[in-house]
Amino acid sequence: MPRKIHVNDIIKTVEELCIKACVVVPCDIRRFMEGAVEKEEGLGKQILQDMLKNQDIAIADNLPICQDTGMVVVFVTIGQDVQIEGGSLGDAINQGVRDGYEKGLLRKSVVADPINRVNTKDNTPAVIHYNIVEGDGFHITVSPKGFGSENMSRLKMLVPSDGIEGVKKFIIETVVAADANACPPIVVGVGVGGSFEKSAIMAKEALMKPLDAHHPDPFWHNIEKELLAEINNLGIGPAGLGGRLTAMAVHINTYATHIAGLPLAVNIGCHVNRHEEASL
Amino acid sequence: MEIFTPLTTDAIKGLKAGQMVHITGHIYTARDAAHGRLIELLEAGRPMPFDFDGNIVFYAGPAPTPEGAACGSIGPTTAGRMDLYAPTLIKQGLKAMIGKGLRNDKVVAAIKDYDGVYFVGVGGVAALMSKCVTHVEVVAFDDLGTEAIRRLTVEKMPVIVAIDSEGRNVYER
Ligand code: SF4
Repeated sequence: MPRKIHVNDIIKTVEELCIKACVVVPCDIRRFMEGAVEKEEGLGKQILQDMLKNQDIAIADNLPICQDTGMVVVFVTIGQDVQIEGGSLGDAINQGVRDGYEKGLLRKSVVADPINRVNTKDNTPAVIHYNIVEGDGFHITVSPKGFGSENMSRLKMLVPSDGIEGVKKFIIETVVAADANACPPIVVGVGVGGSFEKSAIMAKEALMKPLDAHHPDPFWHNIEKELLAEINNLGIGPAGLGGRLTAMAVHINTYATHIAGLPLAVNIGCHVNRHEEASL
Repeated sequence: MEIFTPLTTDAIKGLKAGQMVHITGHIYTARDAAHGRLIELLEAGRPMPFDFDGNIVFYAGPAPTPEGAACGSIGPTTAGRMDLYAPTLIKQGLKAMIGKGLRNDKVVAAIKDYDGVYFVGVGGVAALMSKCVTHVEVVAFDDLGTEAIRRLTVEKMPVIVAIDSEGRNVYER
C-alpha cells in the first residue's frame, strides 16, 4: 500500500519553509557568527555585529533578513512508495512558493525569460530537483538563493591531469573573484566528479549541509580544512571590507566520474545561506 | 560623520575611502532594469525622471513594505552589474552611488574626472537598513515592481566610502 500525501500539505509546508528561510538565519550560522565576533576587530567586527543585529530585527519585526529573497531552489527526496494525491507535485511546490512570497511579503525576483525579462510577480517558477529513493519517506529542502553569491559561482571541466592541485586552485580563484559581491562571510559548496550537471547539483547540495558537516573520506575532509584555512587567510573579511572571517565552511561533495574528466563546480552561499527543510 | 543630500562638490571632496558616513536626505533606487530604461531615455533625448545633480543612486530593490512600516527590507545589490551604465550617468551629472562590491576602471576614472563618490553598504543587513528609511515614493517605472525608481527619505543611513573623488579604493588590499 503506498503512503498517500495530499498536495495541500505540500503547498502549506513549502509556504512555511519559504517564509522561515527568508526571515530566520539557520541556527548554526547564528551560533558561528556569535563566536566569530570576538575574533574580528575594527570594521570587520562592527559588520558582524550589524549582521547579528539584523538577524534580531528580522525575527522581531518578521522582516526578510535580506531584501534579495532569492529564486527558490527545492530538493525533494521522495520514497518510491509515496503517492501524491490531489494534483501534481510540481504545481504544489510552485503554489507553496507563490503563497509564501505573497504572505511573507518577500521580494519577487524572478523573470519569465532570461532575455525578455518580465517579472513573473509571484517568484515562481522554482528550480526543483527530484531524488527518488526506496521507502515511503518525503523530505523537502527549500533554499531561496540570492544571486549576489549565485552570480559569483563557477563551473569548469578540468582534466584528470589537473589533479587535486588544479581543483584547489580553481576553488581559491573563484572565492578571490567573488570578493565582496558574494556578501562574505560565505559558505563554499563544491561538487567534484560526475558529469557537467551532476557537479553543479552536488555543489548546490553542499550548501544545504550543517556548517560542521564534513566529507566522510579523510582525504577530502583534509582538503576542506586546508581550503577553509587558506580562504580565511585571504583577508577579504566580512562584507569584503577586510578581516579574518571570509568563509564559514567549505563543503565538498564527490561522485564517480569518466576516465577523461574532472568536472568541478563551486557554488557560493552568502552569509545568510538560507535553507530550511521538513519531512512529511 | 553625517552628510546631507543633495551633496555639494565640497562635501564629496572631503570624503576619504574607508571612512564611514551617515546619509540623511533623499536617495533614489535604481538597479538593472531601471538603468536600461534610463539609458533608453537618454538615447531618445528625453528628460531623466529625477534631477541627477548632487543626488545619490542606490543600487537596490526593496522587499514589499509591511503594514505600518515605511519600507520593507532593503540593501545594496552588486554594483558591478551597473558598470556599463555608470560612466554615462556620471557624465550626465550623477554624483554618487551606493552599492556593494568592486567597480571597473572606467567607473573609477569617471568618479575621479567628475568629482563623484561610490559608497558601499553591507549586503544582507536589510532589515536593519530598512529602519533608516522614513518614507518611500515611486518616481518612475512603476511597472518594474521592485526595480522601479523610488525616492527614499533616509535618516543617518550608514555607508562606507569605497571609492573617493581622488580614485582611492577601499578594496585595494
Ligand atoms: S548575496 Fe545574499 S546577503 Fe548578499 S544581497 Fe544577495 S541574498 Fe542578500
